[in-house]
Amino acid sequence: MAIDCLVLGAGQEVGKSCVVVSINGKRIMFDCGMHMGYTDSRRYPDFSLISKTGDFDNALTCVIVTHFHLDHIGALPYFTEVCGYKGPIYMTYPTKALAPLMLEDYRKNMDRRGEGEQFTAEHIAECMKKGTWVSFSFAHFIQMLQCLEKDGLGVSLSFRYVFKIVISYERNHLHNPSIFGVWTGERYIIMKDQLPGFNYFLEVYCLKLSFYSDLTPSVIPVDLKQTVQVDKDLQIRAYYAGHVIGAAMFYAKVGDAAMVYTGDYNMTPDRHLGAAQIDRLQLDLLITESTYATTIRDSRYGREREFLKAVHNCVAAGGKVLIPTFALGRAQELCILLEDYWERMNLKVPIYFSAVRNFDRSLINAPGPCVLFATPGMIVGGFSLEVFMQWAPSENNLVTLPGYCVAGTIGHKLMSGKPTKIDLDKDTQIDVRCQIHQLSFSPHTDAKGIMDLVKFLSPKHAILVHGEKPKMATLKERIQSELGIQCYCPANNETVTIPSTHYVKADASDTFIRSCLNPNFKFSTCSSVDKSYLDSNGSKAVSRLSVSDDRVSEGILVVGKGKKAKVIHQDELLNTFGEKRHEIQFAYCFPMHMTRTENIPSASDLLCGLDKCTLISRLSTILSNELSEGNILDLGEQLQVESFRVSVCLSDNCPHRLSGSFQSNLESVFFCCCWAVADEKLAWKIISIMKGSTLQTT
Amino acid sequence: MKFTCLSKGGGFHFPPCHMLNVCGFRILLECPLDLSSLAIFSPVPVGLEVHEPLDSESVARKKQKIEKTLDANDLVRAEPWYKTVKNLHLWDPSFIDVVLISSPMGMLGLPFLTLSKDFSAKIYVTEATARIGQLMMEDLVSMHMELKQFYGPGDASFPRWMKWEDLEILPSELKKIALGKYCEELGAWMPLYSAVDVKDCMKKVQTLKYAEEACYNGTLIIRPFSSGLEIGTCNWTISGPKRNVAYISSSIFVSTHAMDFDFLGLRGNDLMIYSDFSSLDTTENMENDDTCFDPVTYTSSNVSDDVNNLEEIAASLLKDDESREEMEKLAFLCTCAFDSVKAGGSVLVPIDRLGIVLCLLEEISLLLESSSLKVPIYIISSVAEELLAFTNIIPEWLCKHRQEKLFSGEPLFAHVKLIKEGKIHLFPAVHSIELLTNWQEPCIVFCPHWSLRLGPVVHLLRYWCLDPNSLLILESGVDANLALLPFKPMEMKVLQCSFLSGMSLQKVQPLLKTLQPKLLLFPKELRCKIQISEANTIFRYSENETLRIPTSKESTEIDIATDLASKLRWKPLKKETITRLDGELVMDQGKHRLLSGFRPADSKQQRLLLHWGSPDLKGLLTELSKMGITGTVKKVSDEAEPENAAGIIDIVGPEKALIDVRETGTVIIAANDNLASHIFKAIDIVLDGI
Repeated sequence: MAIDCLVLGAGQEVGKSCVVVSINGKRIMFDCGMHMGYTDSRRYPDFSLISKTGDFDNALTCVIVTHFHLDHIGALPYFTEVCGYKGPIYMTYPTKALAPLMLEDYRKNMDRRGEGEQFTAEHIAECMKKGTWVSFSFAHFIQMLQCLEKDGLGVSLSFRYVFKIVISYERNHLHNPSIFGVWTGERYIIMKDQLPGFNYFLEVYCLKLSFYSDLTPSVIPVDLKQTVQVDKDLQIRAYYAGHVIGAAMFYAKVGDAAMVYTGDYNMTPDRHLGAAQIDRLQLDLLITESTYATTIRDSRYGREREFLKAVHNCVAAGGKVLIPTFALGRAQELCILLEDYWERMNLKVPIYFSAVRNFDRSLINAPGPCVLFATPGMIVGGFSLEVFMQWAPSENNLVTLPGYCVAGTIGHKLMSGKPTKIDLDKDTQIDVRCQIHQLSFSPHTDAKGIMDLVKFLSPKHAILVHGEKPKMATLKERIQSELGIQCYCPANNETVTIPSTHYVKADASDTFIRSCLNPNFKFSTCSSVDKSYLDSNGSKAVSRLSVSDDRVSEGILVVGKGKKAKVIHQDELLNTFGEKRHEIQFAYCFPMHMTRTENIPSASDLLCGLDKCTLISRLSTILSNELSEGNILDLGEQLQVESFRVSVCLSDNCPHRLSGSFQSNLESVFFCCCWAVADEKLAWKIISIMKGSTLQTT
Repeated sequence: MKFTCLSKGGGFHFPPCHMLNVCGFRILLECPLDLSSLAIFSPVPVGLEVHEPLDSESVARKKQKIEKTLDANDLVRAEPWYKTVKNLHLWDPSFIDVVLISSPMGMLGLPFLTLSKDFSAKIYVTEATARIGQLMMEDLVSMHMELKQFYGPGDASFPRWMKWEDLEILPSELKKIALGKYCEELGAWMPLYSAVDVKDCMKKVQTLKYAEEACYNGTLIIRPFSSGLEIGTCNWTISGPKRNVAYISSSIFVSTHAMDFDFLGLRGNDLMIYSDFSSLDTTENMENDDTCFDPVTYTSSNVSDDVNNLEEIAASLLKDDESREEMEKLAFLCTCAFDSVKAGGSVLVPIDRLGIVLCLLEEISLLLESSSLKVPIYIISSVAEELLAFTNIIPEWLCKHRQEKLFSGEPLFAHVKLIKEGKIHLFPAVHSIELLTNWQEPCIVFCPHWSLRLGPVVHLLRYWCLDPNSLLILESGVDANLALLPFKPMEMKVLQCSFLSGMSLQKVQPLLKTLQPKLLLFPKELRCKIQISEANTIFRYSENETLRIPTSKESTEIDIATDLASKLRWKPLKKETITRLDGELVMDQGKHRLLSGFRPADSKQQRLLLHWGSPDLKGLLTELSKMGITGTVKKVSDEAEPENAAGIIDIVGPEKALIDVRETGTVIIAANDNLASHIFKAIDIVLDGI
């Protein structure tokens, strides 16, 4: 069994997070994000790698979205509406509630960037005479175009708006596609042979509208820690990730194989969110973000102070502060921070927040200092770009960039070096004279946090995504060398295959289970290996108590043909086979040298009654001096060490005596020993001790 | 497994209580309080008619009128005690391992349990139930405070009304409540816990999210699934290595406000404990006394119903006819209330069912809005504010259409808006200044407590009981005659309304069909015929009777890690292959797992310990000679049967040794360890062993 992990996005980069994992026959897509740095097809993950035929419903078991950031959810409307995925989508309650707002905010901002300004939401709402936006799938669109061809303009009213675009496109802007570079839209490239009646290469933008009505039915909200049985075999569970409101890490389990996809997470609590929390799980695979793969951040207070100082200095000098953020998450955090500070310092400079609601544009150029939170973050366009264009030329102003900026965005350009000019497109250039302040207020975990999480979960394999290639390589090395966990950082569209846990199922008998419930400790002392210590001290061997527990090895696994494997206790084994036990023992009867201090006539006289016990106790003393292991039990007439037993033997015909090898001697006494195979080594050791020593009797 | 029903409870506010022994763990299901027994106490007396001392004269007087109809003076005038589950105190709390609470009502007795010194069980409660339950307990404590202040500090250990002489003179109706049918229930009365006790109790509670898995002791996996009765109420599944149990508390398939009954989670359990006694309280049970359900036998041929069919059954259960009926009931209540306020009378609603109250609030305010009538709605409770605020942050426990509100950015319940608009006013108590300044009549008041013995309702009822225009809305579970006793004579209109508080018996059969349990525990009292497939068994249980349920699985499943399994040394036998196990047996998430464990180096010795069969002497000699050991069979004990194994082999080379082979064992006699172990190896080859 293996887990296949196809990275469709965020492989060795940040943006368009999307990983498809095949695990024991189930296929899960984790996140479905868009790349903010691209405007062409690279913006979306290459979904064709999932299914050649485009039958995504059968190719995927479910889609899981970790949080509402666009690089994690941005491609979802495209995937459901254009690619036609209709299967279940899981996200947390807050994500489900907030994602439409984020998408809507993004759409609105993107509207303004292109020349499609005339296509506002209100416009369309009016046009459609409907409260909500409507979206059209590709198939619909073709249908509509066919209708248009057939009936001219007199088609049903509900399609009016889309026709407007097409018609104007056809009539006025035949060879200038950029005029309809409507950013909000999904772009359809229609080959001429697909479209009868249009004999030129046609590029059409169609507004992709609110995801609301279309998205919600298939989105299943989950609560944190709720264990969701997606189908008979697949179980998923969300854990708090602390990245933004509603952000979650997802655990998925199919059969015996289990994995966690972290999404973005934060391991240090901040003003409005706690640190990520997860149970200790047995995992085959952990897919973790690695935005800050090598950074170790200093304390939050230091960063906060730095930020406040920069903002304060700017407004004190009469400048304007622009903080481009996304509508939710960091914006709240910084707002709380600023408001707190404003109150403490008794500042009266206004703080504006332009997010979903419309912002009075006249305020942009109003005199006097102000602080403005503008969406979207990273200055990818929209309102934050609009404000940036106006404020950037003045050196009094300040732009603070909280958090990470994806490559290709203006935010990224500002952060990497200090540019004086930024080319927006080939006609527009912005002079940048304002101050730039970079903040590491990103709600991503730092390298220590990633290492902590990987160590805590101790998965068998780890995959790094959502990071920069060189840094990921460093982190990968650390994970492999410090934690001994196999780690990968695949590029986009690469597949990593790892083995998965699999258990062999067997039935266990009650006797076995019961005997396993009771501890069955065996204590044995074994001599220390440290010879030098022995020599230097010259004392007897240092013994170490070792505890062994043979519960499990008393179990025997029986596999018969066509029967399920069964585990039984060894005591049950012979019963099941109808066999009798055959015991193998060792025995040896041999003389031991003996000296006497007093003259007492014969050995046979001596060796009776109590004397046996005396001899045994003597022997016991000798053995306990010489023997470092085993537990010596003096049982009166018998001595026992583990299964080794020794007793004084008076019979001349002892069957355990090898005839002819010994001569009866007054100076010796026979001992009869027997032992089981388990204590073979010990037995011979004792025998050699006995043979080498002399028994002193009074 | 053992199951004991401690109490079948009584109605919505007093859920049943059971004790379950599973996998060696003792699990207490619910820990409620019987608040209906508060009826024997008098509410806070008014004015001067307090405390007539119980001198001999009055005792005599009372004795005489035993058979007279009850009047307000018969009620016990003392600080109330509270009646716990009568059989629970027969069990040692220190032996309870787990407590499962499925509803806020099932939680009210919990502080009594956690107060006991040796109590150490793990208490699992859903997050929503825990919060609502805590608020209910805090409210109870604060309402009780009023009576406590009135009666002053008394002898807490043994109040006077519990003395036998005083109990004797109680009217039979009250005596039955106080002592039970067979005078065995006096021990169940307890003085109320304090606010501190509630806090301590909550500290011991382990809250669970919706359908969160909790693992007790690595053995039991416990999961809550919505039961639909109220916000946060749940059914439980308890899975151990040998048994999967589904415990079904009072459930509603489609609720007007709470999350629907969750089928999916309850599927695939071998044992189902049906503990929904709600149909006992409704008249429906009597009508259906001998109704046999669909006589189509649910036999094994039908068991193989395809999944679609099961889905259909589930879907039919989830048809919202019940919830529509509930909404109609609510609408009726609203019109009654509306008529009453139109006539200038006020409406008093002492209903403590959170969901009903929330829905009523919405409905009534809608109705008021549509008319031009401006009538304020007051909610008087020490915890109202918190409770209402809490209901708006638990979308996961609410029904689908409420959840939709979250996703479209609206509040989950309309009361948020109504409070903001000043249409609903919240007051912590009757005597709060805001209430006095804002008070306006006619009005609609929601306040606790439904027993009409505690809380703001007592004062308001005294105030309005003589007003024929006013309306009192009661739940039908309450004994109205007894409850209203202290307020008589009543001029006020009283409307008693029954609300859905469990599943109807008609739905039991389809439910079983969907869940397909192998064993079913069903209450004896519920007289309905149930058919499940022939192979399966129904156990009927009744109060205070311990049932022993046989194990369904003969053996336990064990998972062996593949890396370990590949390392095992297999030994082929005639029919089977066997191997000795190795590694470490762990219990994880209710599953036995054999993982490759750490083994000290010295124990890696061969551990062939068990041999069977008898060695063939000739074969043994051949094996020995292969090793370069020569010997002869010295004597065979039984000459008649030379094939018999017994005999002695005399080893001559390389050294002298003896092998004494007998029927049941072999003794190797050798002076040399090397030789001895070689001989052993030879015997090992000849014998079967492991």
